[in-house]
Amino acid sequence: MNELMRRMLFLPEQASQYARDVDRLHYFVITTTMIAATGVGLTVLWFFIRFRRRSEAQTTPRVEPKTIHEVLFIGVPLSFFLLWFAIGFPQYVRLQTPPRDAMDVYVQAKKWMWKFSYAGGPNGIDVLHVPAGRPVRLLLTSRDVIHSFFVPALRLKQDVLPGRYTQTWFNADKPGRYELFCAEYCGMGHSAMLGEVVVMRPEEFDAWLADARRSGSPAVDAAMTEEEHADPRQSLTQQGERLAAEYGCFKCHTVDGTRHIGPTWLDLYRKTEKLSDGKTVLADEGYLTESMMDPRAKIVAGYQPVMPTYQGKIPAPEVAAIVEFIKSLRTDAVKVEPSKGPVYAPIRK
Amino acid sequence: MVHDAPASAGSAVYNTPNYLNAEIGVRSWLLTRDHKRIAIMYLVLTTSAFALGGIFAMLIRIELLTPGPTIMSALTYNRMFTLHGVIMIFLFMVPAIPGIFGNFFLPLMLGAQDVAFPRLNLLSVYLYLTGAVIAVWGMIHGGADTGWTFYAPYSTTTPTQVVPILLGAFVVGFSSIVTGINFIVTTHTMRGPGLTWNRMPLFVWSIYATSVIQVLATPVLGMVLLLVAIEHAFGFGIFDPARGGDPVLFQHLFWFYSHPAVYIMVLPAMAVISEVVCAFARKNMFGYKAVAYSSLGIAFVGFFTWGHHLFTSGQSTFDAGIFGVLSMFVGIFTAIKVFNWTATLYQGAIKFTAPFAYVCGFLFFLVFGGMTGVALATVSLDVHWQDTYFVVAHFHFIMVGGTIMAFLAAIHYWWPKMFGRMYSEGWALVAACLIILGFNATFIPQFLLGNMGMPRRYYSYPAQFWPLNVASTAGASLLAFGFLLVLTYLLISLRHGKVAGPNPWGSRGFEWNTPSPPSALNFPVPPVFTHGPHDYTTGAETPPEAPGEPEHA
Repeated sequence: MNELMRRMLFLPEQASQYARDVDRLHYFVITTTMIAATGVGLTVLWFFIRFRRRSEAQTTPRVEPKTIHEVLFIGVPLSFFLLWFAIGFPQYVRLQTPPRDAMDVYVQAKKWMWKFSYAGGPNGIDVLHVPAGRPVRLLLTSRDVIHSFFVPALRLKQDVLPGRYTQTWFNADKPGRYELFCAEYCGMGHSAMLGEVVVMRPEEFDAWLADARRSGSPAVDAAMTEEEHADPRQSLTQQGERLAAEYGCFKCHTVDGTRHIGPTWLDLYRKTEKLSDGKTVLADEGYLTESMMDPRAKIVAGYQPVMPTYQGKIPAPEVAAIVEFIKSLRTDAVKVEPSKGPVYAPIRK
Repeated sequence: MVHDAPASAGSAVYNTPNYLNAEIGVRSWLLTRDHKRIAIMYLVLTTSAFALGGIFAMLIRIELLTPGPTIMSALTYNRMFTLHGVIMIFLFMVPAIPGIFGNFFLPLMLGAQDVAFPRLNLLSVYLYLTGAVIAVWGMIHGGADTGWTFYAPYSTTTPTQVVPILLGAFVVGFSSIVTGINFIVTTHTMRGPGLTWNRMPLFVWSIYATSVIQVLATPVLGMVLLLVAIEHAFGFGIFDPARGGDPVLFQHLFWFYSHPAVYIMVLPAMAVISEVVCAFARKNMFGYKAVAYSSLGIAFVGFFTWGHHLFTSGQSTFDAGIFGVLSMFVGIFTAIKVFNWTATLYQGAIKFTAPFAYVCGFLFFLVFGGMTGVALATVSLDVHWQDTYFVVAHFHFIMVGGTIMAFLAAIHYWWPKMFGRMYSEGWALVAACLIILGFNATFIPQFLLGNMGMPRRYYSYPAQFWPLNVASTAGASLLAFGFLLVLTYLLISLRHGKVAGPNPWGSRGFEWNTPSPPSALNFPVPPVFTHGPHDYTTGAETPPEAPGEPEHA
């Protein structure tokens, strides 16, 4: 049944359980649509035949609806629509909620190519290697205009925005090679911004990853790094540490848990921070990036808004490296709690 | 000029002098304040825009005939689809039905001599013309390659000439606002004696709802287009993150107008259908109030659905859910209308004519296009379909399938009233079949392409999408041939058509209580309304006032 409907609707292969679930909803929706459209069509046809005009002077009775008609006209479609929504929205929530144990891959888009970076290296251009049966979370950002990461076989799409990170995840369970498209119009090379997702058996993937880390991927340099001075053979975390030093992050942020002008980075990732306006925020990739680009947007309680913006100063791949470095700073000894105020009294204005 | 060919109802008298020949000379047209002449000016202007947009559409379809480059470069292709979108939406879809049929028939249906502000009405034509000229100038001097959605930061960083097109759309927006204000005031203040709100033709209700959206939403579009132009021209950081801006802000502002704009395009279409269904079924509207109020409902809810364009842009999951549910309510209001139109046929006296053929086309496309719209609002399905040909096919079903079908129904239904002559019914049915078939052949393959995952705005594409693209292009040529046929027989009928008489359809819409074509002042004696429109319960309809016209029993 699934196979028949899939072929009738020209849908691509299903490479994940999510894709199969979405397709089931698709079949349900398209079947109800077809039945409704046929129903309206047949009714109109029957009325044509039954009530065709017999003379030009013909009069017609005045027919007005009863309340029950209007209730049915509203109630029947509404219950179907809400039923679709009740199935579709939880699927969307699932797509927006990556599991904690997912493997992270950074995706950087630019006109007109894709770059994929693994936390411990290596980098790849236009081809994303992932293991089958393990959840993979993508952290996406763009270096120029908006792009969109679209893998039809996974029924997955996520816009890739400049200046911020968006995320999505998938758990591909069928090894194979799947097409990757850019779905958001981005100029002359839009239709050539194609890539490939290679889903490998877990053991093959592990071997591939180990091999790629050993040999590095010098091909990447020429293509993507004309404005980066990061060494692609270093892991993303190592690059992040070096870059954080270069950009002077350590003047205000510590990595050992001590308080300073800014909150410490140790165990910062996924901590729930209390903000100066009383709200709280989860320190995820999105918040960390935002704090670099627009530091005054969400100030941690007890700190002064003294950080300058790094908007336009740090290229997207380097942001990824710094974020990855912050994420690597984890200890089990330190209890996760909101950051305390700085060690000295902040300067009053 | 009086022929003796009998029309189906009423004696066939060509009314002369009428609004077309009451005054002569170019000057009398350019400075006219007669709402009927302004409608004719809109007819000429918007139809020319439609032809231009259609040529671009054909060039796009020819380019997509093969997977690689076919007849143009990638940059030219990008300009083509931008111009196709901008022209069709801002210069045809938004102004066409209100500008032509709203202007012509709103005062006639209300028993008024003209709209409330005839000078503003003329101004709206010139604003439209100015905007169109600026946009065309921009096209000749480079053209934009942003798509009609102007997504930032692409639109603010592209080296092509975006600013003239943005300014053109900005100026056309004012034409839309002026027309909207005019119609709102006309509906409130110019109704004839006895014409209560619940006796107003449903056409007026829908045009009124459209006008409300035009007045409330268009300023936001004007603002956002101007912001893009400022960022592009002077480099202020508004939407481009590299300059400190926010690209998603653009999407929110843009869709806050552009989603209601969909209803600016489709509500007038629904207005037309409500009239044509009643006239050819010889029936009162089943559920008059439901149809009338659902227009207002669409106008209201339409303002709270824009976020369904942003499901994949990284907006919060909660927002996505809210926008998804709200979008479904628009589907409900549309469903109310569809069921009521269908139920109107019950116990009617149906005559199958060319306008009615378009109504059937409209119903089919609206049901299918509307249901796919609700399917898109089912959040998880949208993730796959967003920015693919499925979305392209969906909105063409609603806009071309809905608005163009209604436009063609309107022009065939009211042609005898506007010009006093009949077109060839046989050819009209042939053209209707061609257009409806051609339309299906063009866009059903595009639904399937979207399912396969072909993203929109692709200049070249992988080979697996080839067969369906060929099918779509073949359909588009049928469609183009159908439109040419319509244009041909309508133009021929202007001179050689049978004289229609005041009411060739036996319709009991109020606008038919005038001679055809109407006199310059519409009604020699203002009509008095004693019942609603489309009352076919009595044998002989005596028009409230139609002096000089022979009455029939």
